[in-house]
Amino acid sequence: MNKEQRDIIHQGLWQSNTALVQLLGLCPLLAVSGTVINALGLGIATTLVMAGSNVTVSLIRNLVRPELRIPSFVLVIASFVTAVELLMQAFLYDLYLVLGIFIPLIVTNCVIIARAESFASKNKVGPSLLDGLAMGAGFTAVLVALGALREILGHGTLLAQAELMFGDGAQWLTITLLEDYRGYLLAILPPGAFLGLGLLIALKNVIDKRRAQAANVRMSKAVAQATLEPNPTR
Amino acid sequence: MSMGGQMGRSALMLGLFALVGTGLVVLIYAGTEERIQEAERTYMLKSLHAVIPPKRHNNDIFNDAITVVDPVLLGTDKPVSVFRARRDGKPVALAITPFAPNGYVGPIKLIVGIRFDGTLTGVRVLTHRETPGLGDAIEEKRSDWIFGFESRSLTNPKQKGWRVRRDGGVFDQFTGATITPRAIVGAVHKALKYFEKNRDRLFSEPSTTPDMGLGMEEEHG
Repeated sequence: MNKEQRDIIHQGLWQSNTALVQLLGLCPLLAVSGTVINALGLGIATTLVMAGSNVTVSLIRNLVRPELRIPSFVLVIASFVTAVELLMQAFLYDLYLVLGIFIPLIVTNCVIIARAESFASKNKVGPSLLDGLAMGAGFTAVLVALGALREILGHGTLLAQAELMFGDGAQWLTITLLEDYRGYLLAILPPGAFLGLGLLIALKNVIDKRRAQAANVRMSKAVAQATLEPNPTR
Repeated sequence: MSMGGQMGRSALMLGLFALVGTGLVVLIYAGTEERIQEAERTYMLKSLHAVIPPKRHNNDIFNDAITVVDPVLLGTDKPVSVFRARRDGKPVALAITPFAPNGYVGPIKLIVGIRFDGTLTGVRVLTHRETPGLGDAIEEKRSDWIFGFESRSLTNPKQKGWRVRRDGGVFDQFTGATITPRAIVGAVHKALKYFEKNRDRLFSEPSTTPDMGLGMEEEHG
């Protein structure tokens, strides 16, 4: 893996994470993060659309006149969303029912058009695909983290209704962490989603700050060492 | 190049993209159409079989269906599906899908199974938007409250008993949620009344194509 690829992945998963840094696509993020399975379903669907639209946009980037950019990108994205919706309806019908309107609403997730416009329309197919996958994975990771947080606090379970995604044999995946838990309503309701997301953003900022401090310390040590040895051996 | 030519080319290009995009969707639609119909059917049958066990009847219950309209007793002015179960041609039971229009957060869609003699085989909630953690105890996954309707009828309990306990009836409410169970008890009671009034017509009317209204209602939010 070369540096460019590493950089794209790092941007997608961490540095420009769509949900934690760009704060794009929050509507589905907040609405569907009630449980891990719902979160995972929407995350994967969004990732597939983003990868597909990024590749297509990159392929046609030299054909499209600037004033036609947005309409043609929207066309591409809408086609992919419809395709994903049909596929989910065919193969994951129960999950499709749970996610409902949020599948077609992927069209309006501004992350997707943002990546098409700011990355895929200026880059080759390979990096565009990687960017779509990395951004999607970053989005999915935050969705799932928020889903896990809300599901544990709200229902005392993890991976409830796993059979929606993995079929009827998958009920054993569900982990009941707290027996006879009465539930914590705030975590399930929309305000809980906002609070949870706020906490996740704060956590990311703390980690970034710690890292920066550590890097600073290393840097100043190196500088101090350099000044102590006026004639470094070359 | 002239303005007109440029615009024409742009339009052509956009049209081409639309064509390719639509083509992709058409291809996938053609490939998945059968599976989607099968999935919808499986889902509907699962709900139907929850209130009418398959061993009780031997007709194709899914295709032995009619739609009826009764805004007062069925809680909606839209057509409501009725699925009929028969054994060797004799009516056994039917499943009807009325609404409880007065839920805490909008209407609640039910499926109510009623035996030919007017007793309930069971009730299930198909769709609702009640408060999670409070009103959602009506789901059979979350509590066994909904099973309390089994074997009830218009005479068991009598008219006055068809209420939640707080209103002097025989049905439990939940801690912190009275409106939701009250709405469902009322809707089930009305469905039974509708059945009593229309029983013979409900079983004799020739079947029409089932409408797909048993599944999830579209929610725009």
